[in-house]
Formats: sequence, C-alpha cells, structure tokens
Amino acid sequence: MYERGWRRTLTLALFLGPSLLGMVLFVMGPILASLGLAFARWDLLTPPEFVGLANFRALWADPEFWRALRHTFGFLLGYIPLVMLCGLGAALVLNARIPGRDFFRAVYFLPVVTAWVAVALVWKWLLNPGYGLVNHLLGLVGLQGPGWLFDPNWAMPAVILTSVWKDTGFVMAILLAGLQNIPREYYEAAAIDGAGGAARLRYVTLPLLAPALYFALTLSLINSFQVFDQVYVMTGGGPAGATTVLVERIVKNAFSYSQMGYAAAMSWFLFALIFLSSWALTRLQRRAL
Amino acid sequence: MTLRRARLDWAHWGLTLLAGLGAVVMLLPFLWMLSTSLKPASAVLSLPPELLPREPTLEAYREVARSFPIVRVFLNTLLVAAATTLGQLVVSSMSGYAFARFRFAGRDLLFAAYLATLMVPFAVTVTPLFIVVKALGWTNTYWGLVVPALFGAFGTFLMRQFFLALPGELEEAAVLDGASTFTTFARVMLPLSGPALATLGVFSFMASWNSFLWPLLIVNDPRLMTLPLALATLQGLYPGQTQWNLVMAGTVIAVIPMVVVFLLAQRWVVEGVTASGLKG
Repeated sequence: MYERGWRRTLTLALFLGPSLLGMVLFVMGPILASLGLAFARWDLLTPPEFVGLANFRALWADPEFWRALRHTFGFLLGYIPLVMLCGLGAALVLNARIPGRDFFRAVYFLPVVTAWVAVALVWKWLLNPGYGLVNHLLGLVGLQGPGWLFDPNWAMPAVILTSVWKDTGFVMAILLAGLQNIPREYYEAAAIDGAGGAARLRYVTLPLLAPALYFALTLSLINSFQVFDQVYVMTGGGPAGATTVLVERIVKNAFSYSQMGYAAAMSWFLFALIFLSSWALTRLQRRAL
Repeated sequence: MTLRRARLDWAHWGLTLLAGLGAVVMLLPFLWMLSTSLKPASAVLSLPPELLPREPTLEAYREVARSFPIVRVFLNTLLVAAATTLGQLVVSSMSGYAFARFRFAGRDLLFAAYLATLMVPFAVTVTPLFIVVKALGWTNTYWGLVVPALFGAFGTFLMRQFFLALPGELEEAAVLDGASTFTTFARVMLPLSGPALATLGVFSFMASWNSFLWPLLIVNDPRLMTLPLALATLQGLYPGQTQWNLVMAGTVIAVIPMVVVFLLAQRWVVEGVTASGLKG
C-alpha cells in the first residue's frame, strides 16, 4: 500500500498470496473441477470421459436418488417449523427479564457447540427402545414408546427431534440479537395505546423481528438441505434405507461406488436446490417487508 | 395498578418456569451421557434405567483408554484445532487486510469470487478436494487434516469488514513515521483487531474440533483420528452390542473441552456461530 513499484507488488503478494493460493487449490479449483466432473464419467482408475448430460439423465432415472430427495424434504418439512418455533419461543422467553436469564441462554446454546457426532451418539442411546431414557420416561406417563431408530416410520422423526434439540439455541441466538435491536420506545408507545402482551407480540415484536426470522429461516434451510452427520451416525441411512439423504448419497456414490461424475452431478443438483430456495426466500422477504 | 403488577408477576414466574423446563430438556441428555459413562458395564442395561449411577466407577474410561489410543486422539484433535485456528487467523487477517486497504486490478471481481464460494455446499467440492489432497500425498497425515481447513471466504470476509470499519488515519500516522505496510499491519492494525480475531479464532477452533465428514474421508489410521471420527469408530468397535458406557465415556472426553471453551468465551462463540451461519 505504501511501497511503490515491485516492492508494492511483493507486499501485495505477501498479504494476499497464501489465501489466494489456498482458495484456488482447495476451494475454487475443486468447485470448477466438480462442475466439469458433473458432465464426465470417472471411476478414478481410467481417465475421465466426457458424457454430456448422461449423469443428469441417470439421476432422473435413479430411484435411490428420488428416495433420498424425498427423505431430505421430509426432514426439512419436520425440522424447519419445529426448530423455528422452539427457537422463537426460547428467544421470546429469554428476552424477558427473568432470574437466571444468562444461565438459561448458555444452557440453551450448549448443544450448538457440541460436536454432531457426540450429540448423535447420546441421542441414539437416549432413544434406545429397550434401555433408553426417553421410552422409560414415556412409560412413566403410560405411553408405549416406538422403536425410534429401529423403526422405518420413526427413524426420521427421531433424527428430526435430535436436530431440533441441537439447533434450537442457534435460532434462538439469531433471534435474540434481532429482539435486542427493537427500540424500547415502540413497546412504550404500544403500552400507551393500551396494547396487551399478545397485541404487542403480534403488532410490534413479530413485524420488527421479521428480518431476523428470515435470516434464521434461510440459514436453517441451507443447513438442512445438507443434513449428513446426524444421519450417518444415528442410522447410517437405515433402517431399510428409510433415512437416506442427498449428501449421504453423494458421499456414497463418490467414495464407496467410485462414481465421481455421478456424485458431482448430484452435488450440483443439491446446489441448485439450495440456491433456488434461498433466492425464493429473499424474493418473498422483499415482497413482504 | 396493583392488579396489573400482580398479573405481571404471574407472567414473570410462568416464563421462568417455562425457561427452567426447557433447560431440563437441554441438560438431561448431557446428564444421561455423564451418568452412563460412570456406570459399570453390568449397570448400563439395567431396568428401570438409573438416572444416576448407583456405584459410580471410572471403569469405562479405563477400558476406552485400553482399547483405543484415546489420549493420542485427544491430542490430535487439540493439535489440529490449534494449528487450524492459528493458520486461519494468519491467512485470513492478511488477505482481509489486502482486500480492505490495497488497490489492485480485479480486486472487486476477485472478492466477489471469494464470496461466491460461500454459496457452494461442501458436498460439491468434497470429491475434487479429496483428489487434490490425495495427489499431494496428504491422506492419513496432519497436513491433510489442517491445510484444506485454513482457507475459506468467511475468514477473509470477516476480517475485511472489520478493517474497513477502522479509520485510515491510524495507519497514516504509522506511515509518516516510515513504517512498512507489514509493520503497520502487525503493530497497528492487529492489536486493534482483538474482537474480530477472537470471533474468527473461536469459530475456527470449534469447527475443527467438531469436524466429521472431512476426517472421515481422509483418515483411517486410528493414530491420526480426531475425536468425532474416533467416537463413530468406537461405536462399532465391539461387534454385536454397542458398549454404551464406553461410547459415552468417549463422548464426555470429546464434549468437555468444547463446553469449557464455550463457557470461557461465550460471547465470541455466539458471535462466531451466528455471524457465519455455520454450526458446529
């Protein structure tokens, strides 16, 4: 910046070089390579071969892919409303001046910082049909708990439940930041107009929280399309393939079946899904606000 | 007025009760994890389940240490996380500074390219990335675990925004004193960057400590495993029945350090997680 001529170039290279080299080698290069691979067949042994749209046609015809796509959407449809609701509830409660508020905030955020593998294992054990705590507690109130991860109908709900538990604090933290940005005067004005608690929530809090809600929703959506760790550890896609999801299929195809091109095509389909849905959300937000 | 006050108090206690119930739901799994890890193998499958171990024992921890290089795994995780964090801070603060203060041809285009990579999910890059790392001979090495994790647009973006918000007069004074760009950066700018460095540092540490998919793909030697990978392996170590007290002991070992980091640096953790939109 302050040097001139070749010394200036050298300084720039010193500052930007390491990052640029790494980005090209480990991020941008792989992105471009993946784009190329999506139109190629490659088993890692023989040289890649250009096949045009064949991978995408194979995708269209692959029942395993459609099943994983259905499961991913199933996860999303259960997870998103629940995590948003729990996160909003937690944020509203912990924005009030209650005793021990900071302690509660820390506790709710604890699962967010815990490794997914650890959370998945603990919940796998909690949800153990015979010896787990959850079914025992259900039994105490006279309910017969399901087989959870061993039951094809209950495995995905179990994964959703676990994910909601882990991410509630994440949504809460974003919404708490949003709540703190609402000026107090708005509530005072509403109180003068005689608005009760419910009216204040409906006409002050929620409209002014909308940007934070959209932000949390977009992030949750992007993350949930990429659901993987919890599924891998809790069910491995089972039982009987009841919880296979897109990223799990991509990893399987690439690293177990050595179908690099096919996996790349599927990953770009995933990208398109994420891109289009966040774009749609942004449009929706712009129209609504 | 008193009536209104009383109603407020009721609402107040109702909310506290609700928060407390939520806290129980949040903490019970951690308690169950800890409790199981302290049970002897014979008590794990007892019915009804004991919420607290009747005879607490460290048997499970000893058994994990015997059957798995868990100490080494723990140190691996620490080493990889520390190296990743340090590397991220150096690389990102320098590139962030370059984008914030240097003028060069194609700067904005390049920065846009950086940002664009944030939209691409890891699943897209993972296959070619694996091939690059394999070509470098870095499978089953610390290099393979650390180096690819040093680079990401998020760190550069965070540092750039931070530097842009600092007034340029600070540097001008240093330059008038004849300092080079690097000296100015290291002596004037970095000491002012505490909050941004803390946010990025805590975030990198956490992401590395909890990372699973990448280690799963490039490491299969137990001596190079990190904790999440070791946990997943531990689960399947004993054929037939999962030894839950052992698995939970491993989980406790993996979870405690992150909890400590969180309690010590809560503000930065929350900031890092919500700013990046990425979770552990």
